[in-house]
Amino acid sequence: MPSGTVSHGASGRLRGLFLVMVLVFLEGSVFTVAVASSDQHSPTTAHSGGHKATDHGSHNNTGKAFPVLDLNYENVRVPFEISLWVLLASLMKLGFHLVPHLSNIVPESCLLIVVGLLVGGIIRGTGETVPPVMDSKLFFYILLPPIILDAGYFLPIRPFMENLGTILIFAVVGTLWNAFFVGGLLYGVCQIGTETSSILSRIGLLQCLLFGSIISAVDPVAVLAVFEEIHINELLHILVFGESLLNDAVTVVLYHLFEEFSGIGSVTLLKGFLGVISFFVVALGGVLVGVLYGILAAFTSRFTSHTRVIEPLFVFLYSYMAYLSAEIFHLSGIMALIACGAVMRPYVEANISHKSHTTIKYFLKMWSSVSETLIFIFLGVATVAGPHDWNWTFVTVTVILCLVARVIGVVGLTFIINKFRIVKLTTKDQFIIAYGGLRGAIAFSLGFLLKKEHFPEREIFLTAIITVIFFTVFVQGMTIKPLVELLAVKKKQEAKRSINEEIHTQFLDHLLTGIEDICGHYGHHHWKDKLNRFNKKYVKKCLIAGERSKEPQLIAFYHKMEMKQAIQLVESGGGIKMPSAVPSTVSMQNIQPRPPTKPAPERAIPQLSKNKEEEIRKILRTNLQRTRQRLRSYNRHTLVADPYEDGLSDLFLKKQKMFQIEKKLKEMNTYLTVPAPPPDSPTMCRARLASGKHTDFKPDQVQKGNKMCSDPQAYSIKPASNKVPMIQVDLASPQSPDSVNLLDEFGQANQQEEEEQGLMMKPPSRPREAKKPSEEDEAKDPQKLMRCLSDPGPSADEDEDGAFLP
Amino acid sequence: MGSRASRLLREEEIEEIKKETGFSHSQITRLYSRFTSLDKGENGTLSREDFQRIPELAINPLGDRIINAFFPEGEDQVNFRGFMRTLAHFRPIEDNEKNKNPSATEPLNSRTNKLLFAFRLYDLDRDDKISRDELLQVLRMMVGVNISDEQLGSIADRTIQEADTNGDSCISFNEFIKASFVVNIHICTVVWFPFLS
Repeated sequence: MPSGTVSHGASGRLRGLFLVMVLVFLEGSVFTVAVASSDQHSPTTAHSGGHKATDHGSHNNTGKAFPVLDLNYENVRVPFEISLWVLLASLMKLGFHLVPHLSNIVPESCLLIVVGLLVGGIIRGTGETVPPVMDSKLFFYILLPPIILDAGYFLPIRPFMENLGTILIFAVVGTLWNAFFVGGLLYGVCQIGTETSSILSRIGLLQCLLFGSIISAVDPVAVLAVFEEIHINELLHILVFGESLLNDAVTVVLYHLFEEFSGIGSVTLLKGFLGVISFFVVALGGVLVGVLYGILAAFTSRFTSHTRVIEPLFVFLYSYMAYLSAEIFHLSGIMALIACGAVMRPYVEANISHKSHTTIKYFLKMWSSVSETLIFIFLGVATVAGPHDWNWTFVTVTVILCLVARVIGVVGLTFIINKFRIVKLTTKDQFIIAYGGLRGAIAFSLGFLLKKEHFPEREIFLTAIITVIFFTVFVQGMTIKPLVELLAVKKKQEAKRSINEEIHTQFLDHLLTGIEDICGHYGHHHWKDKLNRFNKKYVKKCLIAGERSKEPQLIAFYHKMEMKQAIQLVESGGGIKMPSAVPSTVSMQNIQPRPPTKPAPERAIPQLSKNKEEEIRKILRTNLQRTRQRLRSYNRHTLVADPYEDGLSDLFLKKQKMFQIEKKLKEMNTYLTVPAPPPDSPTMCRARLASGKHTDFKPDQVQKGNKMCSDPQAYSIKPASNKVPMIQVDLASPQSPDSVNLLDEFGQANQQEEEEQGLMMKPPSRPREAKKPSEEDEAKDPQKLMRCLSDPGPSADEDEDGAFLP
Repeated sequence: MGSRASRLLREEEIEEIKKETGFSHSQITRLYSRFTSLDKGENGTLSREDFQRIPELAINPLGDRIINAFFPEGEDQVNFRGFMRTLAHFRPIEDNEKNKNPSATEPLNSRTNKLLFAFRLYDLDRDDKISRDELLQVLRMMVGVNISDEQLGSIADRTIQEADTNGDSCISFNEFIKASFVVNIHICTVVWFPFLS
C-alpha cells in the first residue's frame, strides 16, 4: 500500500481500499460462520411460510417465550451463499483496481486465483469442508455461457472470416496434434516406469490420450482474461481467441471418444472412423443449431417494436436455448452459442432500440465479467479442496510436454499455413500465438467430470491439470505483457472506424470482386459478394422490420456514427458543439448550395479536449453569474418590465434556437429513413407532464436553483401563440453548466450569425408579444433533453424511433 | 484449353510479360486462355463490350470504372499485354522482390501502385484530386437510388473532412495514402490467384 504519498488521490484510494478490505473480511467471516452454522442447525426446525417464530414456539416447548428474534439460516442458505460468492467476486474486482500498480504487473486472473486459494484456505482453516464449488454442472451451464455469448455476440466478423482458414487449422489440427503428442509421450514416460512409478505404469494408453485431449485445449476464458489486458493487434487476438473458441468441438469429440473407449476397453477401426464422422457432426451440428436459433431470435426481434423492454431478454434466452439444445445432443455448445450470437447480431441490432442495444451490451459484459471472476476464484478454492495426488514425474512431464507440443505445433502449422496466406505470420506472431495458448477452467471441469470407477488415477490427473493451469496462467500470463513490449509486437490501433474506412472497404470489395470476375476466378470475394447479395435480397427483408431492411450498409453505418456523435455531444457539452456539428447535417436541408470553401480553422468535427471544456465552462459560469446578478439588482429597484425584456431577448433567442434544432432534428430524422417523431412524441409528453405546477417567475428563484416548472406547453414545437416561453437558466443546479453553455452559445451565435451561413438564426423581433411576469419557462429543457438521452424511467413504454436525438 | 485463339502465345512474349508483370508461367497461360475466351471477335484484343458480357460485372457497382481502367487513354481496344499490365496490380506483394533490383522501377504491384490504381478509380478526371463531386458519384453508385442527395452530400462532406489535411476540400493522393483508413486496412488489393508456382 502506498504509504509515503500525501496526495489526495492516493489517500482517497487508500480509504477505498481499506473499506473494501473491511467488507471482504466481514463477508468472509459471515461466510465461514454460515458454512459452519449450516451443519449445526437442525433440519427439523419449522419453516412454514408465515410466522415461523410462532410455529417454532408452539411446536417445541410451550413454556418457551415468544422468540422475538430467531435465526433460521436453512431457508436462505443456498441463495445466500451464492450471493456471498458473487459479492466476493465483485468486491475483489473493485479492490484490484484500487491498488495502484498491482493490476499492471499481475493479470487479474492470477490475483483472483490467489484470492480463491485464500478463501479456500480460510474455510479449511476453520475446520469445515470446502464446498465443492467447481461443480461441473454449475460451470458448464451457468458460468461458461455468459462468457462465450459475450465473445460471440461481439465477435469481429470481418477479421474472423478473413482468417477463418488459419483459425480452423490451428483449432482442429493443432489441438489434435497436442492431444496425441502429449498423450502418447506421457504414456511412453509412464511405461518407462521404474519401480517408483508403478502407479504410473497402470495408466493405460487410452487414459493418457484422454488426459492429453483434456489438457491440450486452449481455454477461451483464460485467453480472454489475459489478452484483454495486453492489447495486441487484432490479427493475433483473433487468431488465438478464435482458436480457443473453435477447438471446443475437437475437445468434445475427443473427450467423448476416449471416455467411451476407456469404458468399453476395445478400440476398433470402425470406432475410429465413427469418431472422425462425429467430429464433423458435432462441429457442424453445433453451428447449425446456433444459426437456427439466431434466425429465430432475429425474426422475433422484428416484432418487438411495441414491447421494447423485453427485447434484451430475447437475445439472452434464444442464445441460452441454443447452448442447451446443442448440449442435449452432445453437440458443441460453444460453437452453437458463437454461431447464434454472430448470426443474430446484425439483424437484431437493426431492429431493436438504442437503449436495448445498450442494455444487451452492458448485461453481457456484466455477466461475463462476474462469471470470469467467479471461475478463477473457484479454481483457487477447488485447488485447496480437491483431493490431490502429487506425482512429480507425471506433473513435470505434463507441463514440459504441453509447452513443447504447443511450440512445435504452432511452428509446424504456420509453415504450412503461410503458403496460403496473403499476410504472412512472422516469427514474432508465431511466438505470441504459441505463448498465448493458455489452459484454464474448462480443462479442470472436464477432468472433474471423470468418473472415479473408470479412472482410478483421477486425482493424479486433476493435480496435473491444476498445475498446468497455474503454470500457464501465472507464468505465461504474467510474462506475456513484458514480452509483448520487449518484442515490440504491434499493438491494437485505437483509431475508431471512420466513414472513410467504411467507404474504402466497400469500394475495395467491389473492385476485387470485379477483378476476380474478369479473371474468371471464383475466389474469396466472389463468394462473399454472392452472400451479401443474397442477404440483401432475401434475408434482410424477412428479418428486419420496416424501412431499415432496405437501408444500405453504408447508410446504416453513417446513421450509427452520427447518433453516437450526437449523443456524445449532448452528454459532454450540452449544445455547445451542436451548431458547429450541425453544418454537416444542415446541408441536408439547405436548398441553396453551400459555400464552396469553409474558413480553414473551422473544422466541424469537435475536437475540444475535456480539460478545455472544463475551463470554458468555468469561465462561462462565472461570467454569466455576474450578468445574472446585474440583472437581479436591476429587478429589485427598477421597473419590473425592463430587465425582463433584456433577459427575455436572450431567452427568446435561446428558445428560437431550440426550435431550430428541433426542426432540424425532425427533418434529419426524415432523411435518415427513420419515421419522424410525431410532434407529441412520448418522451416530450412525459417531459412536459413531469413539470407539474405553475409558479410565478421569480428572479431570486434563479439563484436558489429552484426547479421551476412551467406550463406544460412551454416546450412544444409549435410555440403557443399568447405565451412567450422563456428558458430559465438554472445556475445552481448540478446540471447548470450545460444549460449555461447553451445560453452563452446562443449569445455568441447571435453575434456570429452573419458569419456562419449554416445556422438559421433570426434575430428576435424586439417587440414581443405579451410578456407577463407570471410567465415561466422551461429551464429544464436542456436538462430534459439530456434526460431523454440517458435513462428514462423503466416504466416508460418507449417508442424509440426518433423520439430523442437522432 | 481450346484452340479458339487464332494466335497462340509465343515463348518470348511470355518471358516479356513475366518480366514486366511478375506473373509466373502457368499464371500467364491461364490468364491467356481466359483472355481468349472473353475475346469473342477473335482479333486478339478486347473491347468494352467483351467485358460487359461478363454477367457478374454487370451488377457490380464499379463495373464500368473497372472496365475503363483496363483501357489506356482514349483507346477502345486492349491487347493481352495491356490486360496483364492492369491485372499485375493485384498480385500479392512479395517482400523479396524489394531486394532484387533496387534501381529498377517500382513493380506494378507495389503498395503505392496499388493505391494509385484505386485512387484513379475514384478520380475520373485525372486531376490527382478526389473532389466532392467525384466522391458523391462513387457513393451514389455504391449506395443505390433510395438515398437522397442531401444525405449523400453530408456523408461525402464528412468523409472529406476526415481525410483532408490541407483544407482544400479535396482528397489528394497523399492524403488518400495517409488517411487512417488506408493504414488500417491490410492492402487487400490482392487477388488470390489459386495456382501457386
